[in-house]
Amino acid sequence: MSQDETIELHDCRNAFASALEALAERDPRVMVLCNDSVSSTKLTHFAERYPDRLLNIGIAEQAMLGMGAGLAIGGKLPFIAGAACFLTARALEQIKNDLAYTHTNVKICGVSTGLAYGPLGATHHAIEDIAWLRAIAGMTIIVPADPVESAQAVEAAAETEGPIYLRFSRMGVPIVHSPDYQFRIGRAARLRDGSDVTLIACGTLVPRILEAAERLARQGITARVLNMATIRPIDRDAIVKAVAETDAIVTAEEHTIYGGLGSAVAEVVATAGTRFCPVGTLGIPGVFAPTGSAEFLMDYFGLTPKGIVNAAMDLLARR
Amino acid sequence: MAQDLLKLKRQATDIRKRNLRLIFEAHHGHTGGDLSAADILTVLYFGGVLQVDPDHPKAPDRDRFFMSKGHCSGLLYTTLALAGFFPEAELSTYMQPLSRLSGHPSTHVPCVEANTGALGHGLPIATGAALAAKLDGTPWRAFVLTGDGELQEGSNWEAAMIAAQQELENLICIVDRNRLQMMGRTERISALEPLAEKWRAFGWAVCEVDGHDHVELLEHLTHLPVAKGKPTCIIANTCKGRGVSFIEDRAACHHRVPTEAELNAALEELDAACTIR
Repeated sequence: MSQDETIELHDCRNAFASALEALAERDPRVMVLCNDSVSSTKLTHFAERYPDRLLNIGIAEQAMLGMGAGLAIGGKLPFIAGAACFLTARALEQIKNDLAYTHTNVKICGVSTGLAYGPLGATHHAIEDIAWLRAIAGMTIIVPADPVESAQAVEAAAETEGPIYLRFSRMGVPIVHSPDYQFRIGRAARLRDGSDVTLIACGTLVPRILEAAERLARQGITARVLNMATIRPIDRDAIVKAVAETDAIVTAEEHTIYGGLGSAVAEVVATAGTRFCPVGTLGIPGVFAPTGSAEFLMDYFGLTPKGIVNAAMDLLARR
Repeated sequence: MAQDLLKLKRQATDIRKRNLRLIFEAHHGHTGGDLSAADILTVLYFGGVLQVDPDHPKAPDRDRFFMSKGHCSGLLYTTLALAGFFPEAELSTYMQPLSRLSGHPSTHVPCVEANTGALGHGLPIATGAALAAKLDGTPWRAFVLTGDGELQEGSNWEAAMIAAQQELENLICIVDRNRLQMMGRTERISALEPLAEKWRAFGWAVCEVDGHDHVELLEHLTHLPVAKGKPTCIIANTCKGRGVSFIEDRAACHHRVPTEAELNAALEELDAACTIR
Protein backbone atom coordinates (compact mmCIF):
# COMPACT_ATOMS: atom_id res chain seq x y z
CA MET A 1 0.00 0.00 0.00
CA SER A 2 1.42 3.37 -0.96
CA GLN A 3 1.50 6.23 1.48
CA ASP A 4 -1.23 8.10 -0.42
CA GLU A 5 -3.81 5.45 0.17
CA THR A 6 -3.62 5.91 3.93
CA ILE A 7 -4.72 9.55 3.73
CA GLU A 8 -8.36 10.06 4.65
CA LEU A 9 -10.41 11.72 1.94
CA HIS A 10 -13.44 13.95 2.50
CA ASP A 11 -16.41 15.05 0.43
CA CYS A 12 -16.72 18.83 0.80
CA ARG A 13 -20.47 18.61 0.24
CA ASN A 14 -20.83 17.15 3.74
CA ALA A 15 -18.98 20.06 5.31
CA PHE A 16 -21.15 22.43 3.28
CA ALA A 17 -24.35 20.76 4.46
CA SER A 18 -23.30 20.71 8.12
CA ALA A 19 -22.21 24.33 8.02
CA LEU A 20 -25.48 25.35 6.40
CA GLU A 21 -27.45 23.50 9.05
CA ALA A 22 -25.49 25.21 11.82
CA LEU A 23 -26.10 28.54 10.12
CA ALA A 24 -29.83 27.87 9.82
CA GLU A 25 -29.96 27.14 13.52
CA ARG A 26 -28.58 30.58 14.31
CA ASP A 27 -30.11 32.64 11.52
CA PRO A 28 -33.86 32.33 10.93
CA ARG A 29 -33.50 34.08 7.56
CA VAL A 30 -31.66 31.10 6.06
CA MET A 31 -33.69 29.33 3.41
CA VAL A 32 -32.61 26.68 0.90
CA LEU A 33 -33.89 26.10 -2.61
CA CYS A 34 -33.07 22.91 -4.53
CA ASN A 35 -33.84 21.72 -8.03
CA ASP A 36 -34.73 18.15 -7.03
CA SER A 37 -31.15 17.90 -5.82
CA VAL A 38 -31.68 17.36 -2.10
CA SER A 39 -29.63 14.17 -1.90
CA SER A 40 -26.84 15.20 -4.30
CA THR A 41 -26.32 18.39 -2.29
CA LYS A 42 -26.21 16.26 0.90
CA LEU A 43 -29.08 18.27 2.35
CA THR A 44 -31.33 15.33 3.26
CA HIS A 45 -30.67 15.85 6.96
CA PHE A 46 -31.26 19.59 6.63
CA ALA A 47 -34.58 18.89 4.94
CA GLU A 48 -35.62 16.55 7.74
CA ARG A 49 -34.63 19.02 10.42
CA TYR A 50 -36.04 22.12 8.72
CA PRO A 51 -38.80 20.90 6.42
CA ASP A 52 -40.19 24.43 6.01
CA ARG A 53 -36.85 25.97 5.17
CA LEU A 54 -35.72 23.73 2.34
CA LEU A 55 -37.87 23.85 -0.72
CA ASN A 56 -37.48 21.43 -3.60
CA ILE A 57 -38.98 23.57 -6.34
CA GLY A 58 -38.56 20.96 -9.04
CA ILE A 59 -36.38 21.00 -12.12
CA ALA A 60 -36.54 24.68 -13.02
CA GLU A 61 -33.28 26.55 -12.59
CA GLN A 62 -34.29 29.84 -14.16
CA ALA A 63 -37.26 30.25 -11.87
CA MET A 64 -35.23 28.98 -8.93
CA LEU A 65 -32.53 31.63 -9.28
CA GLY A 66 -35.14 34.34 -9.86
CA MET A 67 -37.00 33.15 -6.77
CA GLY A 68 -33.76 33.42 -4.83
CA ALA A 69 -33.65 37.11 -5.69
CA GLY A 70 -37.29 37.48 -4.66
CA LEU A 71 -36.70 35.71 -1.35
CA ALA A 72 -33.81 38.07 -0.65
CA ILE A 73 -35.97 41.07 -1.56
CA GLY A 74 -38.48 39.67 0.93
CA GLY A 75 -35.85 39.59 3.68
CA LYS A 76 -34.65 35.99 3.51
CA LEU A 77 -31.08 34.72 3.19
CA PRO A 78 -31.43 32.16 0.40
CA PHE A 79 -28.90 29.46 -0.42
CA ILE A 80 -29.58 27.82 -3.77
CA ALA A 81 -28.04 24.39 -4.10
CA GLY A 82 -27.75 22.06 -7.04
CA ALA A 83 -25.42 20.59 -9.62
CA ALA A 84 -23.15 23.42 -10.75
CA CYS A 85 -23.53 22.60 -14.43
CA PHE A 86 -27.26 23.43 -14.38
CA LEU A 87 -27.33 26.15 -11.75
CA THR A 88 -24.91 28.36 -13.60
CA ALA A 89 -25.46 27.81 -17.30
CA ARG A 90 -29.23 27.38 -17.33
CA ALA A 91 -29.85 30.40 -15.15
CA LEU A 92 -27.00 32.64 -16.22
CA GLU A 93 -29.21 35.60 -17.11
CA GLN A 94 -30.97 35.37 -13.76
CA ILE A 95 -27.57 35.32 -12.05
CA LYS A 96 -26.50 38.38 -14.05
CA ASN A 97 -29.67 40.47 -13.65
CA ASP A 98 -31.60 39.24 -10.63
CA LEU A 99 -28.61 38.49 -8.40
CA ALA A 100 -25.61 40.52 -9.51
CA TYR A 101 -27.11 43.61 -11.21
CA THR A 102 -29.91 43.92 -8.66
CA HIS A 103 -27.35 43.04 -5.97
CA THR A 104 -29.52 40.63 -4.03
CA ASN A 105 -28.19 38.71 -1.07
CA VAL A 106 -28.32 35.25 -2.66
CA LYS A 107 -25.78 32.44 -2.29
CA ILE A 108 -25.41 29.93 -5.11
CA CYS A 109 -23.98 26.59 -4.02
CA GLY A 110 -22.84 24.57 -7.02
CA VAL A 111 -21.97 20.98 -6.25
CA SER A 112 -20.40 18.18 -8.28
CA THR A 113 -18.23 20.75 -9.97
CA GLY A 114 -15.53 20.40 -12.60
CA LEU A 115 -15.13 16.86 -13.85
CA ALA A 116 -16.80 15.30 -10.81
CA TYR A 117 -19.59 13.78 -12.89
CA GLY A 118 -16.89 12.22 -15.08
CA PRO A 119 -18.53 9.29 -16.87
CA LEU A 120 -21.89 11.08 -17.21
CA GLY A 121 -20.30 13.15 -19.93
CA ALA A 122 -19.78 16.77 -20.87
CA THR A 123 -23.43 17.81 -20.37
CA HIS A 124 -22.82 17.26 -16.66
CA HIS A 125 -19.29 18.62 -16.36
CA ALA A 126 -19.09 22.10 -14.90
CA ILE A 127 -15.84 23.37 -16.33
CA GLU A 128 -16.98 26.77 -17.57
CA ASP A 129 -18.91 28.01 -14.51
CA ILE A 130 -16.10 30.12 -13.07
CA ALA A 131 -15.50 31.83 -16.42
CA TRP A 132 -19.17 32.63 -16.90
CA LEU A 133 -19.65 34.05 -13.43
CA ARG A 134 -16.26 35.78 -13.28
CA ALA A 135 -17.32 38.03 -16.14
CA ILE A 136 -20.27 39.35 -14.13
CA ALA A 137 -19.81 42.52 -12.11
CA GLY A 138 -20.36 42.16 -8.40
CA MET A 139 -20.07 38.37 -8.25
CA THR A 140 -17.91 36.75 -5.61
CA ILE A 141 -16.61 33.29 -6.50
CA ILE A 142 -15.24 30.91 -3.89
CA VAL A 143 -13.77 27.45 -4.54
CA PRO A 144 -12.95 25.82 -1.20
CA ALA A 145 -10.24 23.18 -1.09
CA ASP A 146 -11.20 21.04 1.87
CA PRO A 147 -13.88 20.58 4.53
CA VAL A 148 -12.28 23.12 6.87
CA GLU A 149 -12.41 25.80 4.22
CA SER A 150 -15.82 24.71 2.92
CA ALA A 151 -17.45 25.22 6.29
CA GLN A 152 -15.80 28.60 6.74
CA ALA A 153 -16.75 29.67 3.23
CA VAL A 154 -20.43 29.07 4.03
CA GLU A 155 -20.08 31.26 7.13
CA ALA A 156 -18.21 33.97 5.25
CA ALA A 157 -20.80 33.95 2.47
CA ALA A 158 -23.59 34.42 4.99
CA GLU A 159 -21.78 37.34 6.60
CA THR A 160 -21.06 39.06 3.29
CA GLU A 161 -23.90 40.99 1.65
CA GLY A 162 -24.42 40.26 -2.05
CA PRO A 163 -24.39 37.39 -4.52
CA ILE A 164 -21.78 34.72 -3.92
CA TYR A 165 -21.03 31.54 -5.83
CA LEU A 166 -19.66 28.65 -3.77
CA ARG A 167 -18.24 25.68 -5.65
CA PHE A 168 -18.09 22.26 -3.98
CA SER A 169 -16.71 19.17 -5.64
CA ARG A 170 -17.84 15.66 -4.90
CA MET A 171 -14.33 14.20 -5.33
CA GLY A 172 -12.67 13.10 -2.12
CA VAL A 173 -9.99 15.52 -0.93
CA PRO A 174 -7.53 15.39 1.97
CA ILE A 175 -7.59 18.08 4.63
CA VAL A 176 -5.03 20.75 3.73
CA HIS A 177 -5.87 23.37 6.33
CA SER A 178 -5.18 23.18 10.05
CA PRO A 179 -8.12 23.64 12.42
CA ASP A 180 -6.94 27.17 13.27
CA TYR A 181 -7.04 28.22 9.61
CA GLN A 182 -8.96 31.44 8.99
CA PHE A 183 -10.54 31.74 5.58
CA ARG A 184 -11.05 35.28 4.32
CA ILE A 185 -12.83 36.21 1.12
CA GLY A 186 -10.35 37.63 -1.38
CA ARG A 187 -7.27 36.43 0.48
CA ALA A 188 -5.05 33.60 -0.78
CA ALA A 189 -3.67 31.16 1.78
CA ARG A 190 0.07 30.51 1.56
CA LEU A 191 0.41 26.84 2.42
CA ARG A 192 4.13 26.58 1.76
CA ASP A 193 6.86 29.02 0.84
CA GLY A 194 9.56 28.86 -1.77
CA SER A 195 11.50 31.17 -4.08
CA ASP A 196 11.78 29.36 -7.42
CA VAL A 197 8.20 28.94 -8.54
CA THR A 198 4.72 29.75 -7.26
CA LEU A 199 2.03 27.11 -7.61
CA ILE A 200 -1.50 28.47 -7.43
CA ALA A 201 -4.63 26.33 -7.33
CA CYS A 202 -8.17 26.22 -6.04
CA GLY A 203 -10.46 23.42 -4.91
CA THR A 204 -9.45 19.85 -5.69
CA LEU A 205 -6.13 20.91 -7.19
CA VAL A 206 -4.78 22.35 -3.95
CA PRO A 207 -3.60 19.00 -2.50
CA ARG A 208 -2.10 18.21 -5.90
CA ILE A 209 0.03 21.37 -6.02
CA LEU A 210 1.12 20.64 -2.45
CA GLU A 211 2.27 17.19 -3.54
CA ALA A 212 3.96 18.74 -6.60
CA ALA A 213 5.83 21.17 -4.33
CA GLU A 214 7.03 18.21 -2.30
CA ARG A 215 8.32 16.48 -5.43
CA LEU A 216 9.99 19.68 -6.69
CA ALA A 217 11.75 20.04 -3.34
CA ARG A 218 13.29 16.62 -3.87
CA GLN A 219 14.85 18.05 -7.03
CA GLY A 220 16.15 21.11 -5.22
CA ILE A 221 13.41 23.46 -6.44
CA THR A 222 11.47 25.39 -3.82
CA ALA A 223 7.86 26.22 -4.55
CA ARG A 224 5.50 28.70 -2.95
CA VAL A 225 2.02 27.18 -2.72
CA LEU A 226 -1.05 29.41 -2.75
CA ASN A 227 -4.60 28.24 -2.24
CA MET A 228 -6.50 30.86 -4.22
CA ALA A 229 -9.93 29.94 -2.91
CA THR A 230 -11.47 33.25 -3.96
CA ILE A 231 -11.34 33.64 -7.73
CA ARG A 232 -13.24 36.92 -7.66
CA PRO A 233 -12.19 39.26 -6.17
CA ILE A 234 -8.75 37.80 -6.81
CA ASP A 235 -5.94 38.40 -4.32
CA ARG A 236 -3.85 40.74 -6.50
CA ASP A 237 -1.28 41.36 -3.80
CA ALA A 238 -0.43 37.69 -3.46
CA ILE A 239 0.04 37.41 -7.22
CA VAL A 240 2.11 40.58 -7.53
CA LYS A 241 4.30 39.28 -4.70
CA ALA A 242 4.71 35.96 -6.47
CA VAL A 243 5.89 37.80 -9.58
CA ALA A 244 8.40 39.79 -7.56
CA GLU A 245 9.68 36.96 -5.43
CA THR A 246 9.56 33.83 -7.60
CA ASP A 247 10.60 33.11 -11.20
CA ALA A 248 7.48 31.44 -12.60
CA ILE A 249 3.85 30.76 -11.81
CA VAL A 250 1.89 27.59 -12.50
CA THR A 251 -1.87 27.58 -11.98
CA ALA A 252 -4.00 24.46 -11.79
CA GLU A 253 -7.78 24.16 -11.73
CA GLU A 254 -10.56 21.72 -12.48
CA HIS A 255 -11.98 24.09 -15.09
CA THR A 256 -11.29 25.23 -18.63
CA ILE A 257 -8.11 27.27 -18.95
CA TYR A 258 -10.20 29.97 -20.65
CA GLY A 259 -11.54 32.43 -18.13
CA GLY A 260 -10.94 30.65 -14.84
CA LEU A 261 -8.28 30.85 -12.15
CA GLY A 262 -5.38 30.70 -14.60
CA SER A 263 -6.79 33.55 -16.66
CA ALA A 264 -7.47 35.62 -13.57
CA VAL A 265 -3.88 35.14 -12.39
CA ALA A 266 -2.43 35.84 -15.84
CA GLU A 267 -4.44 39.07 -16.08
CA VAL A 268 -2.85 40.33 -12.88
CA VAL A 269 0.64 39.21 -13.93
CA ALA A 270 0.30 40.91 -17.31
CA THR A 271 -1.09 44.17 -15.99
CA ALA A 272 0.50 44.55 -12.57
CA GLY A 273 3.63 42.40 -12.66
CA THR A 274 6.85 44.24 -11.90
CA ARG A 275 9.10 41.99 -13.96
CA PHE A 276 8.95 39.16 -16.47
CA CYS A 277 7.35 36.07 -14.99
CA PRO A 278 6.09 33.26 -17.22
CA VAL A 279 2.73 31.73 -16.33
CA GLY A 280 1.67 28.19 -17.10
CA THR A 281 -2.04 27.44 -16.84
CA LEU A 282 -3.15 23.87 -16.24
CA GLY A 283 -6.78 22.92 -16.63
CA ILE A 284 -9.04 21.57 -19.33
CA PRO A 285 -7.58 22.90 -22.59
CA GLY A 286 -10.62 24.13 -24.46
CA VAL A 287 -12.18 20.79 -25.25
CA PHE A 288 -15.16 18.84 -24.00
CA ALA A 289 -13.85 16.09 -21.78
CA PRO A 290 -14.23 12.51 -23.00
CA THR A 291 -15.93 9.79 -20.98
CA GLY A 292 -14.16 8.53 -17.89
CA SER A 293 -14.13 8.77 -14.13
CA ALA A 294 -13.14 12.08 -12.61
CA GLU A 295 -9.84 10.54 -11.51
CA PHE A 296 -9.20 9.27 -15.02
CA LEU A 297 -9.98 12.66 -16.54
CA MET A 298 -7.72 14.46 -14.08
CA ASP A 299 -4.88 12.17 -15.21
CA TYR A 300 -5.92 12.55 -18.84
CA PHE A 301 -5.58 16.34 -18.67
CA GLY A 302 -2.34 16.25 -16.66
CA LEU A 303 -3.98 17.68 -13.57
CA THR A 304 -1.68 15.60 -11.42
CA PRO A 305 1.37 16.30 -9.24
CA LYS A 306 3.48 14.97 -12.12
CA GLY A 307 1.82 17.29 -14.65
CA ILE A 308 2.26 20.25 -12.33
CA VAL A 309 5.95 19.40 -11.73
CA ASN A 310 6.54 19.15 -15.48
CA ALA A 311 4.86 22.51 -16.13
CA ALA A 312 6.98 24.15 -13.44
CA MET A 313 10.21 22.61 -14.81
CA ASP A 314 9.37 23.76 -18.34
CA LEU A 315 8.89 27.34 -17.21
CA LEU A 316 11.98 27.36 -15.00
CA ALA A 317 14.08 26.06 -17.91
CA ARG A 318 13.44 29.47 -19.54
CA ARG A 319 15.24 31.32 -16.72
CA MET B 1 -66.85 56.88 -5.67
CA ALA B 2 -67.70 58.89 -8.78
CA GLN B 3 -65.35 61.59 -7.56
CA ASP B 4 -62.60 59.02 -6.98
CA LEU B 5 -63.08 57.62 -10.45
CA LEU B 6 -62.89 61.06 -11.99
CA LYS B 7 -59.65 61.63 -10.10
CA LEU B 8 -58.25 58.37 -11.39
CA LYS B 9 -59.23 59.26 -14.92
CA ARG B 10 -57.45 62.60 -14.65
CA GLN B 11 -54.46 60.89 -13.08
CA ALA B 12 -54.24 58.40 -15.94
CA THR B 13 -54.40 61.27 -18.42
CA ASP B 14 -51.66 63.14 -16.55
CA ILE B 15 -49.50 60.05 -16.54
CA ARG B 16 -49.99 59.48 -20.27
CA LYS B 17 -49.23 63.10 -21.09
CA ARG B 18 -46.14 63.29 -18.91
CA ASN B 19 -45.03 59.89 -20.21
CA LEU B 20 -45.27 61.04 -23.82
CA ARG B 21 -43.33 64.21 -23.06
CA LEU B 22 -40.68 62.11 -21.37
CA ILE B 23 -40.31 59.91 -24.44
CA PHE B 24 -40.24 62.94 -26.72
CA GLU B 25 -37.58 64.69 -24.63
CA ALA B 26 -35.43 61.58 -24.28
CA HIS B 27 -35.87 60.57 -27.93
CA HIS B 28 -36.22 57.08 -26.54
CA GLY B 29 -38.92 54.92 -25.05
CA HIS B 30 -41.58 52.33 -25.63
CA THR B 31 -44.60 54.42 -26.49
CA GLY B 32 -47.07 51.64 -27.30
CA GLY B 33 -46.46 49.51 -24.23
CA ASP B 34 -46.31 52.50 -21.88
CA LEU B 35 -49.74 53.74 -22.95
CA SER B 36 -51.11 50.21 -22.92
CA ALA B 37 -50.32 49.71 -19.23
CA ALA B 38 -50.99 53.28 -18.05
CA ASP B 39 -54.40 52.52 -16.57
CA ILE B 40 -53.10 49.45 -14.77
CA LEU B 41 -50.32 51.43 -13.08
CA THR B 42 -52.70 54.30 -12.34
CA VAL B 43 -55.04 51.96 -10.49
CA LEU B 44 -52.17 50.18 -8.71
CA TYR B 45 -50.50 53.36 -7.43
CA PHE B 46 -53.39 55.84 -7.22
CA GLY B 47 -56.35 53.52 -6.65
CA GLY B 48 -55.20 52.42 -3.21
CA VAL B 49 -54.18 48.95 -4.37
CA LEU B 50 -50.44 48.85 -3.69
CA GLN B 51 -49.51 49.40 -0.05
CA VAL B 52 -46.43 51.52 -0.69
CA ASP B 53 -45.42 54.81 0.88
CA PRO B 54 -43.24 57.45 -0.81
CA ASP B 55 -42.02 58.52 2.64
CA HIS B 56 -40.99 54.97 3.51
CA PRO B 57 -40.16 53.22 0.24
CA LYS B 58 -38.24 50.48 2.06
CA ALA B 59 -40.88 49.76 4.74
CA PRO B 60 -40.54 46.00 5.46
CA ASP B 61 -44.26 45.37 5.11
CA ARG B 62 -44.70 47.20 1.82
CA ASP B 63 -46.21 45.39 -1.12
CA ARG B 64 -43.54 44.49 -3.68
CA PHE B 65 -44.27 45.47 -7.27
CA PHE B 66 -42.15 44.12 -10.11
CA MET B 67 -42.32 45.71 -13.55
CA SER B 68 -41.46 42.65 -15.56
CA LYS B 69 -42.18 44.44 -18.83
CA GLY B 70 -39.19 46.58 -17.95
CA HIS B 71 -39.00 48.24 -21.35
CA CYS B 72 -41.95 50.31 -20.15
CA SER B 73 -39.71 52.06 -17.64
CA GLY B 74 -40.95 55.40 -18.98
CA LEU B 75 -44.42 54.63 -17.65
CA LEU B 76 -43.10 53.26 -14.36
CA TYR B 77 -40.88 56.28 -13.68
CA THR B 78 -43.62 58.72 -14.65
CA THR B 79 -46.07 56.99 -12.32
CA LEU B 80 -43.57 56.83 -9.45
CA ALA B 81 -42.65 60.50 -9.86
CA LEU B 82 -46.29 61.60 -9.93
CA ALA B 83 -46.94 59.38 -6.91
CA GLY B 84 -44.22 61.26 -5.05
CA PHE B 85 -41.40 58.72 -4.96
CA PHE B 86 -38.96 61.18 -6.54
CA PRO B 87 -39.17 64.73 -7.94
CA GLU B 88 -41.07 65.06 -11.20
CA ALA B 89 -38.34 67.35 -12.55
CA GLU B 90 -35.98 64.39 -12.58
CA LEU B 91 -38.04 62.80 -15.35
CA SER B 92 -36.24 65.08 -17.81
CA THR B 93 -33.07 63.03 -17.17
CA TYR B 94 -34.69 59.85 -18.54
CA MET B 95 -31.96 57.85 -20.32
CA GLN B 96 -29.56 60.78 -20.20
CA PRO B 97 -25.90 60.06 -19.33
CA LEU B 98 -25.48 58.92 -15.70
CA SER B 99 -29.17 59.38 -14.87
CA ARG B 100 -30.58 56.78 -12.50
CA LEU B 101 -33.62 56.71 -14.77
CA SER B 102 -32.12 54.04 -16.98
CA GLY B 103 -33.94 52.66 -20.00
CA HIS B 104 -35.03 49.68 -17.93
CA PRO B 105 -36.05 49.87 -14.26
CA SER B 106 -33.23 50.42 -11.81
CA THR B 107 -33.26 49.84 -8.06
CA HIS B 108 -31.53 53.17 -7.68
CA VAL B 109 -35.03 54.59 -8.09
CA PRO B 110 -37.17 54.45 -4.92
CA CYS B 111 -39.83 51.72 -5.00
CA VAL B 112 -38.14 49.79 -7.82
CA GLU B 113 -37.50 46.37 -6.31
CA ALA B 114 -35.45 44.68 -9.03
CA ASN B 115 -33.52 45.52 -12.17
CA THR B 116 -35.92 44.07 -14.70
CA GLY B 117 -35.95 44.39 -18.45
CA ALA B 118 -34.74 41.02 -19.61
CA LEU B 119 -38.12 39.41 -20.20
CA GLY B 120 -39.41 36.53 -18.14
CA HIS B 121 -37.66 37.59 -14.92
CA GLY B 122 -40.40 39.37 -13.00
CA LEU B 123 -42.66 36.44 -12.23
CA PRO B 124 -39.96 34.17 -10.77
CA ILE B 125 -38.69 37.04 -8.60
CA ALA B 126 -42.23 37.90 -7.47
CA THR B 127 -42.79 34.22 -6.70
CA GLY B 128 -39.76 34.21 -4.41
CA ALA B 129 -40.91 37.43 -2.74
CA ALA B 130 -44.42 36.06 -2.20
CA LEU B 131 -42.92 32.90 -0.72
CA ALA B 132 -40.83 34.97 1.72
CA ALA B 133 -43.94 36.82 2.90
CA LYS B 134 -45.89 33.62 3.25
CA LEU B 135 -43.14 31.89 5.24
CA ASP B 136 -42.94 34.86 7.60
CA GLY B 137 -46.70 35.07 7.93
CA THR B 138 -46.63 38.74 6.92
CA PRO B 139 -49.53 40.37 5.08
CA TRP B 140 -47.70 42.03 2.21
CA ARG B 141 -48.18 40.84 -1.35
CA ALA B 142 -46.07 40.51 -4.50
CA PHE B 143 -47.46 42.05 -7.69
CA VAL B 144 -45.92 41.64 -11.09
CA LEU B 145 -46.89 43.20 -14.41
CA THR B 146 -45.84 41.21 -17.45
CA GLY B 147 -46.24 41.93 -21.10
CA ASP B 148 -48.12 39.35 -23.13
CA GLY B 149 -45.38 38.63 -25.66
CA GLU B 150 -43.14 38.14 -22.65
CA LEU B 151 -45.12 35.04 -21.72
CA GLN B 152 -43.34 33.29 -24.57
CA GLU B 153 -40.38 33.06 -22.15
CA GLY B 154 -40.38 29.64 -20.47
CA SER B 155 -39.21 30.94 -17.09
CA ASN B 156 -42.71 32.34 -16.51
CA TRP B 157 -44.25 28.92 -16.71
CA GLU B 158 -41.64 27.42 -14.41
CA ALA B 159 -42.60 30.03 -11.85
CA ALA B 160 -46.31 29.57 -12.54
CA MET B 161 -46.02 25.88 -11.62
CA ILE B 162 -44.04 26.59 -8.46
CA ALA B 163 -46.36 29.40 -7.30
CA ALA B 164 -49.41 27.16 -7.64
CA GLN B 165 -47.64 24.29 -5.89
CA GLN B 166 -46.75 26.60 -3.00
CA GLU B 167 -50.31 28.02 -2.91
CA LEU B 168 -49.04 31.59 -3.06
CA GLU B 169 -52.32 33.45 -2.77
CA ASN B 170 -50.33 36.61 -2.03
CA LEU B 171 -48.93 36.60 -5.58
CA ILE B 172 -50.71 38.57 -8.29
CA CYS B 173 -49.61 38.50 -11.90
CA ILE B 174 -51.18 41.09 -14.17
CA VAL B 175 -50.78 40.45 -17.88
CA ASP B 176 -50.88 43.51 -20.15
CA ARG B 177 -52.69 41.68 -22.93
CA ASN B 178 -52.41 44.11 -25.84
CA ARG B 179 -51.87 41.31 -28.35
CA LEU B 180 -48.93 43.03 -30.01
CA GLN B 181 -45.26 42.33 -29.67
CA MET B 182 -42.44 44.16 -31.43
CA MET B 183 -42.80 42.42 -34.79
CA GLY B 184 -46.55 41.96 -34.90
CA ARG B 185 -49.52 40.11 -33.42
CA THR B 186 -48.69 37.65 -30.65
CA GLU B 187 -51.13 35.18 -32.17
CA ARG B 188 -49.26 35.19 -35.46
CA ILE B 189 -45.80 34.89 -33.94
CA SER B 190 -46.21 32.39 -31.11
CA ALA B 191 -49.85 32.19 -30.10
CA LEU B 192 -50.72 32.62 -26.43
CA GLU B 193 -54.41 31.69 -26.63
CA PRO B 194 -56.20 30.16 -24.90
CA LEU B 195 -54.33 32.23 -22.35
CA ALA B 196 -56.80 32.15 -19.44
CA GLU B 197 -57.12 28.40 -19.82
CA LYS B 198 -53.34 28.05 -19.75
CA TRP B 199 -53.10 29.89 -16.43
CA ARG B 200 -56.02 27.89 -15.01
CA ALA B 201 -54.37 24.67 -16.11
CA PHE B 202 -51.26 25.80 -14.23
CA GLY B 203 -53.33 26.08 -11.05
CA TRP B 204 -53.99 29.81 -10.93
CA ALA B 205 -57.18 31.74 -10.25
CA VAL B 206 -57.77 33.78 -13.38
CA CYS B 207 -59.93 36.79 -14.18
CA GLU B 208 -60.12 38.73 -17.40
CA VAL B 209 -60.75 42.44 -17.29
CA ASP B 210 -60.80 45.44 -19.54
CA GLY B 211 -57.36 46.81 -18.72
CA HIS B 212 -58.48 50.36 -19.39
CA ASP B 213 -61.60 50.23 -17.24
CA HIS B 214 -60.69 51.57 -13.82
CA VAL B 215 -63.86 50.23 -12.24
CA GLU B 216 -63.17 46.71 -13.43
CA LEU B 217 -59.51 46.87 -12.49
CA LEU B 218 -60.35 48.17 -9.01
CA GLU B 219 -63.07 45.61 -8.54
CA HIS B 220 -60.59 42.76 -8.97
CA LEU B 221 -57.46 44.32 -7.48
CA THR B 222 -59.20 45.29 -4.25
CA HIS B 223 -60.72 41.84 -3.75
CA LEU B 224 -57.67 39.64 -3.52
CA PRO B 225 -57.02 36.79 -3.48
CA VAL B 226 -59.51 35.74 -6.10
CA ALA B 227 -59.45 32.15 -4.81
CA LYS B 228 -58.21 30.82 -1.50
CA GLY B 229 -54.85 29.09 -1.78
CA LYS B 230 -54.22 30.09 -5.38
CA PRO B 231 -52.05 32.75 -6.98
CA THR B 232 -54.04 35.23 -9.05
CA CYS B 233 -53.60 36.05 -12.72
CA ILE B 234 -55.41 39.09 -14.01
CA ILE B 235 -55.46 39.17 -17.77
CA ALA B 236 -55.92 42.84 -18.56
CA ASN B 237 -57.15 43.15 -22.12
CA THR B 238 -55.59 46.33 -23.39
CA CYS B 239 -54.84 48.27 -26.52
CA LYS B 240 -51.23 49.07 -27.28
CA GLY B 241 -50.82 52.84 -27.52
CA ARG B 242 -54.18 53.44 -25.82
CA GLY B 243 -55.38 57.02 -25.75
CA VAL B 244 -53.75 58.34 -28.89
CA SER B 245 -55.60 57.40 -32.05
CA PHE B 246 -52.61 57.42 -34.37
CA ILE B 247 -50.53 55.27 -32.03
CA GLU B 248 -53.20 52.76 -30.97
CA ASP B 249 -52.84 49.11 -31.92
CA ARG B 250 -49.86 49.54 -34.22
CA ALA B 251 -46.85 47.28 -33.87
CA ALA B 252 -44.77 50.07 -35.41
CA CYS B 253 -45.44 52.17 -32.30
CA HIS B 254 -43.67 49.66 -30.04
CA HIS B 255 -40.77 52.03 -29.58
CA ARG B 256 -41.42 54.83 -32.02
CA VAL B 257 -40.72 58.31 -30.64
CA PRO B 258 -43.38 60.89 -31.59
CA THR B 259 -42.43 63.99 -33.55
CA GLU B 260 -43.21 67.36 -32.00
CA ALA B 261 -46.36 67.73 -34.07
CA GLU B 262 -47.45 64.23 -33.10
CA LEU B 263 -46.74 64.95 -29.45
CA ASN B 264 -48.89 68.08 -29.52
CA ALA B 265 -51.69 66.31 -31.31
CA ALA B 266 -51.48 63.45 -28.80
CA LEU B 267 -51.59 65.77 -25.78
CA GLU B 268 -54.57 67.58 -27.28
CA GLU B 269 -56.39 64.33 -27.91
CA LEU B 270 -55.75 63.10 -24.38
CA ASP B 271 -56.99 66.37 -22.87
CA ALA B 272 -60.09 66.34 -25.03
CA ALA B 273 -60.94 62.75 -24.08
CA CYS B 274 -60.55 63.58 -20.41
CA THR B 275 -62.88 66.55 -20.57
CA ILE B 276 -65.60 65.05 -22.74
CA ARG B 277 -66.31 61.82 -20.85
